[in-house]
Amino acid sequence: MTFPLQSFLAVSASNPWTYVVFALIGFTFGFTLEMSGFGNSQKLAAQFYFTDLTVLKVMFTAIVVSMVLIFGAVGLGILDFGQVWVNPTYLASGILGGLIMGVGFIIGGFCPTTSLAAASTGKIDGMFFVVGGFVGAFLFGETEQYFTQWYNNAGYFGRLTLMDVFNLPTGVIVTLVVMMALFMFWGAEQLERIFGKKDLSKEPKLRVYGAVGLFGLAMAVLLIGKPSTETKYTRLLINRTLNEQQVKLSADQALAQRQVQIVPAELFKSMNDDTLKLTMVDVRPEADYNLFHIHGAINVPTDRLMAQIPVWLVNTAPNAVYVVMSNDEDLSTKAWKIMAAESVSNVYILEGGINNWITFFGKDDPAIARVSAPAAPEMLQFAFPAALGDRYDCADPSPIENETLDFTPKIQLQLKRDKSGGGCG
Amino acid sequence: MTTAVKPQAKGLKNLFNRPAKPYVHPYFGGMVLGIVLFLAIFFTGNGLGSSGATTRIVTAVEDAIVPAHVDVTPYLLKMAGGDKNPLDDWIIPVFFGALLGGFSSGMISGRAKFETTKGPNVSNRTRWLMSFLGGVLFLYGARMARGCTSGQALTGGATLSAGSWLIMFAIFGGAYGVAYFVRKLWL
Repeated sequence: MTFPLQSFLAVSASNPWTYVVFALIGFTFGFTLEMSGFGNSQKLAAQFYFTDLTVLKVMFTAIVVSMVLIFGAVGLGILDFGQVWVNPTYLASGILGGLIMGVGFIIGGFCPTTSLAAASTGKIDGMFFVVGGFVGAFLFGETEQYFTQWYNNAGYFGRLTLMDVFNLPTGVIVTLVVMMALFMFWGAEQLERIFGKKDLSKEPKLRVYGAVGLFGLAMAVLLIGKPSTETKYTRLLINRTLNEQQVKLSADQALAQRQVQIVPAELFKSMNDDTLKLTMVDVRPEADYNLFHIHGAINVPTDRLMAQIPVWLVNTAPNAVYVVMSNDEDLSTKAWKIMAAESVSNVYILEGGINNWITFFGKDDPAIARVSAPAAPEMLQFAFPAALGDRYDCADPSPIENETLDFTPKIQLQLKRDKSGGGCG
Repeated sequence: MTTAVKPQAKGLKNLFNRPAKPYVHPYFGGMVLGIVLFLAIFFTGNGLGSSGATTRIVTAVEDAIVPAHVDVTPYLLKMAGGDKNPLDDWIIPVFFGALLGGFSSGMISGRAKFETTKGPNVSNRTRWLMSFLGGVLFLYGARMARGCTSGQALTGGATLSAGSWLIMFAIFGGAYGVAYFVRKLWL
């Protein structure tokens, strides 16, 4: 079983427990903020005069603790990072918005959630902040139209992590962030000693052990590394609706029950289906691809597959469908396993491969002759007069001539996480 | 914070007039907050947040009063267009949960009382006005940056989002940059 749980990705009236879970998350959130002193604006503002750096300590402790836990769980393969909301990067609006927030912070003395903790405990200034917040949110909604192009496009990088920016493995980044945080804690305590006249000898010793423990966890994340494709594959679950019942199949079951193999007719219908964003992935060697391939298929030989997968992962369209194909099903099944394990969604296999496709659509094509030699696995069973690629008739069958085709549809879109609906935005 | 221990009053008053307990140690508070954040991400794939709820509540009010206006404003349309209910989002229960959680913690520790937290050299009215203005600015900025200190700095910080780390530094930069000029408010 992998987390996050599909049924708790968003609230839904059909499952009232989702409201309970999110309310509970909010409850513990508000509770923790209040008990850390974030209901008091003076304590928050002291951060910016170096007398009391509680804000920095709480925030960075929270960030690094959850970070090592998250990437530890990802490394162990129990948390699917592809399903975790990672705030998309918008450089321009992010930086300007951040600066405005900073000014609001020092003038108002709160940030939005801490103002909730303040207002709920009777702090009148907190209530004024909350009311001001509603006005600010209203003003933004009314003015966004004047800079909507800038807001949505300037410096947009999508889902971009620090690992992508620095091109370093996750474990290294996690360790560096922990080291930076520990250095900042040390610096914060020195500042408190100098500006806040705080006696550091009264601080609990336990915090040093905590720091060592945190560093140990970061090293563990570094050692665990990323889960291998094989580990991810064994944990893979595929949701299907069979006979109007929701079932979860392991990847091997789905393959054995032929739930992910589609016949040429279904692929052909999908090619002409405007509601699907179809990508046909031909994983054969380039020579075979040049001899014959289906019109619109791209050639990604299996050794190039891993390099191509990140490109597909950023394609977050919920109607994206991938169909892998080879001459038979051996190569394509291997590719399917890798793609599915690496969280590419809606991946299918062309049943019987290119041989089956030509048998189905090209039986009347005079240019293509069946080879009489006994069928070897993953060999083209047809002879082509020239490497014409997709310029054979049956590489691009006519939708008019093939309007009615009989087949049992297998493609079921697995709704991906609505990334635009996640997060604070 | 050294209130003298009052004689135990009875009933509900007892809940509100108890001596205020000190705050927990920042590293402990941060650790608990980190675990909460991790559990939220682990089970739901979403982090923490609250400013999104403010926008959604405002949009719901606008949708109830001037639906025609919402229908021509793209930013609001995303949340309230057609049969969409802007309140039908995970952040709404988180928002109200946070209110309740903050209240519970404050009540248990004797910190729930009507007062104004402010610097020593500023009047209540000035503090309220500044608090209001700060709220306006903060939420305007939070919407522009698509998240506040919780939704961006905490959540995006923990998931190592590049943009969130920049926003976090921008928040601190903005605050430190202006802190000197408004020091009368706090010192």
